Amino acid sequence: VDDLSHVPSLSTRRRFLGTAGAATLAPLTALADTTIKLPLPGGPDERTITTAFPQKGALILQRTRPPLLETPMEVFDKSVFTPNDQFYVRWHWSGIPSEIDVASFRLTVRGQVNRTLSLSLDEVLALPQMELAAVNQCSGNSRGYFQPRVPGAQWSHGAMGNARWTGVSLKTVLDRAGVKAGAVQVRFSGMDDAVLPDAPKLMKSLDVDHARNGEVMLAYAMNGEQLPLLNGFPLRLIVPGWYSTYWVKTLNDIEVLDQPDTNFWMKTAYTIPDTPHANVQPGETGFKSVPITRMVPRSLITNIKAGDKLQAGAPTPVRGIAFGGDSGVARVDFSSDGGKTWQQAQLGRDEGKYSFRQWQLSFAPTAGAPVLMVRCTSSGGETQPDTPNWNPSGFMRNVVEQTQVVAA
Amino acid sequence: VFRKALRMTLITTAVLASFAAGAQQKLSLKSVTVDLPFGDRTFPDGPGADLATNNCLACHSAGMILNQPALSKAQWHSEVEKMRTAYKAPIDPKDVDPIADYLVKLGQRSK
Repeated sequence: VDDLSHVPSLSTRRRFLGTAGAATLAPLTALADTTIKLPLPGGPDERTITTAFPQKGALILQRTRPPLLETPMEVFDKSVFTPNDQFYVRWHWSGIPSEIDVASFRLTVRGQVNRTLSLSLDEVLALPQMELAAVNQCSGNSRGYFQPRVPGAQWSHGAMGNARWTGVSLKTVLDRAGVKAGAVQVRFSGMDDAVLPDAPKLMKSLDVDHARNGEVMLAYAMNGEQLPLLNGFPLRLIVPGWYSTYWVKTLNDIEVLDQPDTNFWMKTAYTIPDTPHANVQPGETGFKSVPITRMVPRSLITNIKAGDKLQAGAPTPVRGIAFGGDSGVARVDFSSDGGKTWQQAQLGRDEGKYSFRQWQLSFAPTAGAPVLMVRCTSSGGETQPDTPNWNPSGFMRNVVEQTQVVAA
Repeated sequence: VFRKALRMTLITTAVLASFAAGAQQKLSLKSVTVDLPFGDRTFPDGPGADLATNNCLACHSAGMILNQPALSKAQWHSEVEKMRTAYKAPIDPKDVDPIADYLVKLGQRSK
C-alpha cells in the first residue's frame, strides 16, 4: 500500500497534454500560461494555470490580488503530502508583507498574561519542538459546486492541502507568558493588513482550553522547509481538525482575552447555520448562525476525472485521498454504479488522525456512463452524506462526490 | 544470541538516526522578500464598467468578479453593499445600484 506514493503518470500526462493543446489556441500574450477547465455548474469554468507567484509552482489562478491560488487535483494523486510550492493560497487583504526579516521579527504575547512576551524567531526555535501532519482546508473549499451558486471564491476541490508541520506547541508559549485566571479566549493576528482605513483586520480566536490542548501549534516549517511567505512565513497557527480560517498566517500577535471575541471575523464572517451539516434551504432566512469550527469527513478520487474514457470490464486502478475531519479515517468505500453497491478500499499508511490518508482499489467499469463515488467514514463515526448541503456562504461541503466516466 | 545482538544494534542505530534527524530539524530560517503580481485583467465595456473599475479594484483584482457565476440582482446588490459597509470600501451609496446592475449583466455574458 505504501506504493501509493509512487503513481503512474498516465492520466496526469494526458491532462497536461490537454491543457497544452488548449494553450496553443490562446492569444500569444498568454505566453507560458496554460488554462484548465473546472467543471463548475453554469461556469465560468476556465482558469489560468499560473506560475507567477513567488516560491510557488503551477497553481490554478482564482484571483491575483490578494492571491487565491488552488491546488490542481493531480497534485493530490502524487503524494499524501502536498508539496509546499503547490500548496493552495488564500489571503483576505492585499496588504501582505513583501519583506520579512528573520532577525527583527517578533511574536508578541499580551493581554491577560502575567508576562508580556516579545519573542524573536531564535527564541521560538529554541523552544521544545513538536511535529504533526494535518490537513489545512478552506471553509469554502468546493464552493463552486454549490447549487444554486453562491458568491465567493469559486473553488473546485483544491482549496486544501496536507503537510507535516513543525514548530512549537501554543501551550508552551502561553505557559511562558502565564495565562491569568479568568482568561476566556486567545486571539491571533498576523502581519497582513487591509489597504483601506477602518476595514476590519483579520483576527481569529480560540477558546483558551482549545488553545492550550497541546495540539494547536505555531509552525515554522511545513514538510521540513520554512513556509513559503504566501503560506504564512515565518509563523503560522496550526489548528488540527479545524477549518483554515483559524490558521492565521504571518502570525505575530497573540492576545489573551477575558471576554469572548466579537470582532467581525468571529461574529459575522465565517459563520454557518446552526443546523445539521450547516444546511438550510436556498432563500431561507432567520436561522441561527454560529462560527464555523471543526472539519467533516471527505474523500476524493485523484486519478480519474469526469469524462475520462475507461475500458469496460478491464481491471482499473482507482485511488485518491480521504480525511476524517477532526478524527482519523476509519474506512473508505467506493462505488462504480452510482451508489447501488459499495466496495471497501485499501487504506494507505496512517500519517496521523489529522492527515490525508490514501486509499486504492481495483474495479471493472461497466459499459456505459458509470458514476464513480467514494465515501469516507471517520474514526469518530461520521460518514459523508449522500445529499449536498447548502448555505449562503458556500461552507463545509462534504457530500459524497460523483464522477461520471465513459466505459466502452 | 547473534540475532538478538543484531536486533539490538539495529534498534540502537535507529534511535541514533532519529536523534540525528531531530537535531537536523532545527532549521535556520532565511529572510524573504517577495514581489506579488497586481493583476491586469479589466472589466468589459458597458454602462457601469467605469464605476466597477473605480470602486472595486482598490482592494482586489478584477478576476475575482470575472470568475463569479451568474448571480441575481439581489445577490450582487448585497455583495456590493457588504463591500461598502463591512469591508469599508468608499463606495458612494448611490453607486451601489448601478454597480450591481453592471455585475448582473457581466454574469449574463456568454461564458
